[in-house]
Amino acid sequence: MSEASTVSRTAGTDTTVPAVSGARQFWRRLRTQRAALVAAVVVALLVLVALAAPLLTAVEGQDPTTYHPSLVDSARGGVPIGRFGGISGDHWLGVEPQTGRDLFARLVHGARVSLGVALTATLVQILIGVVVGVAAALGNRWVDQLLSRATDIIVAMPLMIMALALLAIVPSAFPRPVLVTLVIGLIAWGSIAKIVRAQTLTLKGLDHVAAARLSGWGPWHVARRELLPGLAAPVITYAALLVPMNISVEAALSFLGVGVKPPTPSWGQMLTSADVWYQAAPQYLLLPAGALFVTVLALTVLGDGVRTALDPRAASRLGVGTGRGRAGGPGRGTGRSNGARDSGGRGPAGGAAQKEDTA
Amino acid sequence: MSGFGGFVLRRAVGTVVTLLAISVIVYVVFYATPGNVAQITCGPRCSPEQVQQVAQQLRLDDPLYVRYGHFLQGLVAGQDYSTGTSVEHCPAPCLGLSYQTGQQVLDIILAKLPVSLSLVLGAMVMWLVLGVGTGVLSVWRRGRISERLLTAVTLAGTATPVFVIGLVLMIVVCGELQLLPFPQYVALTDDPEQWAWNLLLPWLSLALIEAAAFARLTRAAMLETLAEDHIRTFRAYGVGERSVVGRHALRGALAPVIALNANNVGSAVGGAVLTETLFGLPGIGEELVHAVNVVDLPVVVGMVLVIGFFVVIANAVADVLYAVADRRVVLA
Repeated sequence: MSEASTVSRTAGTDTTVPAVSGARQFWRRLRTQRAALVAAVVVALLVLVALAAPLLTAVEGQDPTTYHPSLVDSARGGVPIGRFGGISGDHWLGVEPQTGRDLFARLVHGARVSLGVALTATLVQILIGVVVGVAAALGNRWVDQLLSRATDIIVAMPLMIMALALLAIVPSAFPRPVLVTLVIGLIAWGSIAKIVRAQTLTLKGLDHVAAARLSGWGPWHVARRELLPGLAAPVITYAALLVPMNISVEAALSFLGVGVKPPTPSWGQMLTSADVWYQAAPQYLLLPAGALFVTVLALTVLGDGVRTALDPRAASRLGVGTGRGRAGGPGRGTGRSNGARDSGGRGPAGGAAQKEDTA
Repeated sequence: MSGFGGFVLRRAVGTVVTLLAISVIVYVVFYATPGNVAQITCGPRCSPEQVQQVAQQLRLDDPLYVRYGHFLQGLVAGQDYSTGTSVEHCPAPCLGLSYQTGQQVLDIILAKLPVSLSLVLGAMVMWLVLGVGTGVLSVWRRGRISERLLTAVTLAGTATPVFVIGLVLMIVVCGELQLLPFPQYVALTDDPEQWAWNLLLPWLSLALIEAAAFARLTRAAMLETLAEDHIRTFRAYGVGERSVVGRHALRGALAPVIALNANNVGSAVGGAVLTETLFGLPGIGEELVHAVNVVDLPVVVGMVLVIGFFVVIANAVADVLYAVADRRVVLA
């Protein structure tokens, strides 16, 4: 990340390697990790499928909401007619039990919901987290106290429980995917705010930031030109870990029946009644479960890769990527500044770093 | 030592402030929602007279802060509710009354608590043993195929939603192989053996997910310790590898594991909600999902407060334990 380290002398030839831009260096480091690269390809494919969902279903000639009562055996409780859960040329992955809705269409449209909700929620979390974190670090003592305590409280709230409860009181007329996005985004920004605050406090002490301040630049200018570039690495690292977490939360809420509601398809919601049908239509269980597993796994591996690429020092010390936001490994002793960044603020390391800073 | 005492004191005060703040936020969010609060609280089947009565009891004519004060007073000193014909006393700590079932919220929670505690505590033992064990094993076998395998398995574990693992386990173990019956909660006091057998699968579902996080953390912390100077000194003195890994490196993982365990209460509670719903265990989580679905507002508010209370306390305990296990945190 430091520009200086990229300029080095090649032994013997005495030529100077030109400085590489941060983005290119990041890409170069990410490229060397095979697992992360595979994960990146999988994620890219998933995003493509999600974006092209209407196109794909148009090719199949189906849509995710049309009932096909003629394709299920109502005498046997709605079991799909035909072998393998009703797989046919018209319905590539079969049909949903009871309703006869096309599974392929629901699956690819479900990808839209899962990824859309998770990515947008992550953006909301980043936006609030960065604003609160920077404001706390740059503001006066009272601003800092107020924002830091607010962050502590947000971090202390159990995400699933709050999300469940909040989803109960909003009228059902409110578009559900938007609501789920907002709820996840508004509850789980605390960790980013903590990381950003700690990092901003570190950056504030650096020469180039001090120089900009002494030159009479306003706080807005300092924040935008001098601080944000330095915040990019930790924020991107943590955001990459937040995306799979958000996917799981959305799926969990929809599984419980309080998230995205029918007729809008969502992977978690598809699993709600899958256990009843696994014998007659095993793909009704396996498809959404597999989709969830692959998506969260790919995003997690990619997140680890991103972290390794952005912080190779910590990564080499620990072998490979070492855990995700939820695991929140509070870095010990020597790596405590990293620990604060890694812990996602849930662990005491986040608090510990804060205590250091204010001391 | 004064430094440590001061730290604990500051943490305790912070915890109380956090708890109060959470109660304010929860109260305001739920009772200042747009829409007819009395109608929502009372439920969809209430007659206009009942709604009127609920509005009176909730003191909807009073400003919000007065109502909140009244709510706090109920928590500390108890409260009386008129049910139309008689007056029901709700002793402290009073969390209010469910107008849909006529039960006191605290009674509902207490009735469900043993199930949730059975689930979470049992699973916790499992995930600590499994997680730390796997972490130690992968450090012990580092550089070999088995380490890579363990790393891959734990990675897959962190990436699997708890209800997916639970679903698959239930279908394979109970449905296909018929090794266990589909879980049905039996109280520990009724039949300890049946209690354990029925909870085995829910425990495993919840524990596998959490264990993965612990395995990764244990491994990372131990590897970090192994790179430190004092370990090199031990090795130079001829301390065997078994003792270096099993005793000294593991000690380095102690503080993070303690901290993660207490900090994981929040996520474990979320996982417990899913596990209970999936397996049909009548615990707090299942009750909360039910209350959310029928919009039983007092129950929802009460449960969020109680769960939030446990999580905040656990976090505070985690900070103190972490400081005990790793004094550098306080000294810094």
